Amino acid sequence: MRPEAYPKEAARLIREHPEVRDAVFKATRHFDQNRVRAYAEVAAEAWRAYAAGVKDHLLSKLAEYLEKAEAALKANGVEVLWADGPEDAARILAEVIERHGVKTAVKAKSMLSEELGVNAALEALGVEVHETDLGEFIIQLAGEAPSHIVGPAIHKDLEAIRRLFAEHLGTPPDASPEKLAAAARAFLREKFLSAELGISGANFLVAETGTLVLVENEGNIRLTTGLPRVHLAFVGIEKLLPRYEDLAVFLQLLSRAATGQPIGTFVSLIEGPAKPGDPDGPEHLYVVLVDHGRSAALKEEKTRRVLRCIRCGACLNACPVYRQTGGHPYGFVYSGPIGAILSPVILGLKQAKALPGASTLCGACAEVCPVKIPIPELLLYWRGETVKSGLAPAAERDLVRAYARVMQSPRLYRLASKGLRLFPKALDNEALPVVRAWTRFRAGLKPSPRPFHELWEEIKDEREG
Amino acid sequence: MRVALFATCLLDQFFAEAGVATVRLLRALGVEVDYPKAQTCCGQPAFNAGHWDEARAMARHIIEVFEGYDHVVLPSGSCGSMLKVHYPELFAGDGPWYRRASDLAARTYELSQFIVRVLGITELGRGLSGRRLAYHHGCHALRELGVEEEPVLLLKNAGAELVPWELDKECCGFGGVFSVKHPVVSVAMADRKLDSLTGAPEAVVSTDAGCLLHLAGRAARRGQGIPFRHLAEVLWEAKSAA
Repeated sequence: MRPEAYPKEAARLIREHPEVRDAVFKATRHFDQNRVRAYAEVAAEAWRAYAAGVKDHLLSKLAEYLEKAEAALKANGVEVLWADGPEDAARILAEVIERHGVKTAVKAKSMLSEELGVNAALEALGVEVHETDLGEFIIQLAGEAPSHIVGPAIHKDLEAIRRLFAEHLGTPPDASPEKLAAAARAFLREKFLSAELGISGANFLVAETGTLVLVENEGNIRLTTGLPRVHLAFVGIEKLLPRYEDLAVFLQLLSRAATGQPIGTFVSLIEGPAKPGDPDGPEHLYVVLVDHGRSAALKEEKTRRVLRCIRCGACLNACPVYRQTGGHPYGFVYSGPIGAILSPVILGLKQAKALPGASTLCGACAEVCPVKIPIPELLLYWRGETVKSGLAPAAERDLVRAYARVMQSPRLYRLASKGLRLFPKALDNEALPVVRAWTRFRAGLKPSPRPFHELWEEIKDEREG
Repeated sequence: MRVALFATCLLDQFFAEAGVATVRLLRALGVEVDYPKAQTCCGQPAFNAGHWDEARAMARHIIEVFEGYDHVVLPSGSCGSMLKVHYPELFAGDGPWYRRASDLAARTYELSQFIVRVLGITELGRGLSGRRLAYHHGCHALRELGVEEEPVLLLKNAGAELVPWELDKECCGFGGVFSVKHPVVSVAMADRKLDSLTGAPEAVVSTDAGCLLHLAGRAARRGQGIPFRHLAEVLWEAKSAA
C-alpha cells in the first residue's frame, strides 16, 4: 500500500480499467441518490448538528469516557484490552488464539481490522480466516483491499465477480447474482459452524452501558459475534458515544447517510458474553480499544474533528474525484475525502502527503457528512502542514515564490501579461511539463488578444448607453 | 455607491471581453465602476497548494488595493470565495490584518450575487428570448458563496431557457492546480460532466473562468463543438439587446 503513488495509480486505473470507473460511478450514484432521499425524509440538518455536537462533546472528554466505557464493559463480563497499533493487535490476537486453541476465525466487516492488518496477522499465526460480509468475501477471494468504506467490492462488476466465484467456488460462469450469493452463503455456513473465534469491529460503543453496537444488512455480523466460542471486537477509541439514548439519532443517521435506509436491517446491541442460562452467545468477549494515531489527532483542534467520523462513506459517494477511480489508488484502507484527511493521522503526513491533494476542494463531501466534518478545511490544513514541514517539492516552492513575487507587483504582472502575448505559444506547447499536463488532454490555452486591463483604458470614460 | 471591479487574473488574460461586459452591465444598472489598476491575482493557487505565507503576501496586496470601496465585485465565484471566505481564515490570529480581511470579505460579491442581492435587480431585459443555454454551477460559487439561484434567475428572466443537466452542480474537475497535478482524473471528471449534457443547448454558461477554460479545452479536444461563455457576457447581452 503506497499512498504516495496516488497520482500515478489514479491515472493508470482510469486508462486501463474503464469498467472500474463505470462500476464505481454506478454504485456511488445509487448510494448518493438514496442518501438524498433519506435525508429529505427527516430534519437532517438538525440531526447532523446534534450528532456533530455529541461527538465534539465526547472528544473533549474522551479520556473520561474511555474509563467509563472500560468500567461498564468489565461490569458486563468483557475483557478489555488496549492497542496502540498493528503490533499490539497482532500480539493480542496471538494470546487469544493460544488461550482458546483457535484454528479458524470468521470475520465481520470492519475497517479498523483492515487498518490493523488483522487478516495477515492471523494467517501468520496459522489461523484460517474468512471474511463473511459478501463484499469483503469477494475482495478476500481477489486478494484486494476494500475500495469503499461501506461497499468494499463496488469496483467489481458482475462479470468480474462471476469469474472470481467460478474459479474459487466452482459456480457456473453465467451464474445469477442470487446463485452467487447462495454459493457464498453455503461456503460460509460451514465456516460459521466450525470457527472458534469471531472477529468484528463496532459502529458504536456506548460508554455508560458498555454496549457494542453493530449495524448490517446481511446477518453475517450476528452469526460472527454469536456463534463462535470467542468474540473479539476491535473498536477505535473515537467510536464511543456518551449515552445509550444517543443511539436514537446515530443509528438512523448512519444508515441514512450510508445507504439511504431508515435503519440497518440488523442492529446488534451486545452487552457481554453469554450469561448463565442464555441459549446462545460466545463464552468469552474481548474488546480491544485501538488508538493508532487517534489520540495524537485529538490534541490539535483542527485535526480533532476528523475523529467525529462514523464511517458511513457518504463523502466517498458524493466525491467526483473518488468516483473516477474508487478507493484503490489512494493506497490505504480509507479512501476518498475522509481517507485523505484520516490517512495523515494514522500513517503520518510523510507517507500520506499526496492524499490531501487528491481533491478539487469542490465541497460536495462537507455537504453530505452526517457529522459535519469540514473536510475541505482539513484538506487545506494538511496541504499547509505539508509545506510547513518541508515536505513539498522544492521546484513547487520555487515556482510559488516566483508567482507570488509577480503578483505583488502590478508592474511585473503587466510585464508577464505582455510576455504572454509576445510568445502566444507559451501556453500551448509540449515543452513545459506544467503546460504539457494541460495540453495533452485539452485544447491549448489562448490568451485574449488584449488583456482586460488594456481594454479598460478604452472604456473607462464610456457613458452609459 | 463606489464599486470596484476585481477582474481576476484569469479573466483579465483569457476572457477580457467578459471584463468589458461586466463594466458595461454594471454601468447600465446605474453603478459607478472603478477598476483599481494595481490589482493582480487573489493568490488562490498558492493558498490551495498549502503555501500560505505566499498566499498571505498576495492577499495583503489585494486587501490594500481594494480598501475604501463600498463593494468589490468579481465576475468569479472561486476568486470571490477566496476573498470572502479564505482571506479572513488566512489572517486568523493576526488582529489588524484579520480585521482588514474581514472588512473586505463583507464588501465582496460575485457578479450575479451583487446584481440580485445588493442592487435588488432580477430583471435585466428580454435580450435572451428563445435562447437555449446550460448553466454550470462552479463549486465555490455554489457551496462557499451560496450562489445558486442568482445566475439562473437572471438568465431565465431575460428569456433564456435553461436545459436540464443532471450533473450541473457537480465539479467539472478544474480545481486550479489540480487540473495539471492530476490531469487524467481532472479530464475524466470533465468527460463525465460533458457526457451528461443533453438537450442541445447553444452554449454552456458559467461565472468562473477556470471551469470554462477547462471544460472548453476538453470539449474542443473531444470534438464537442459547443461554445462556453462567461456569465458576464451573456448577462450583458440580456441587458443590451433588450
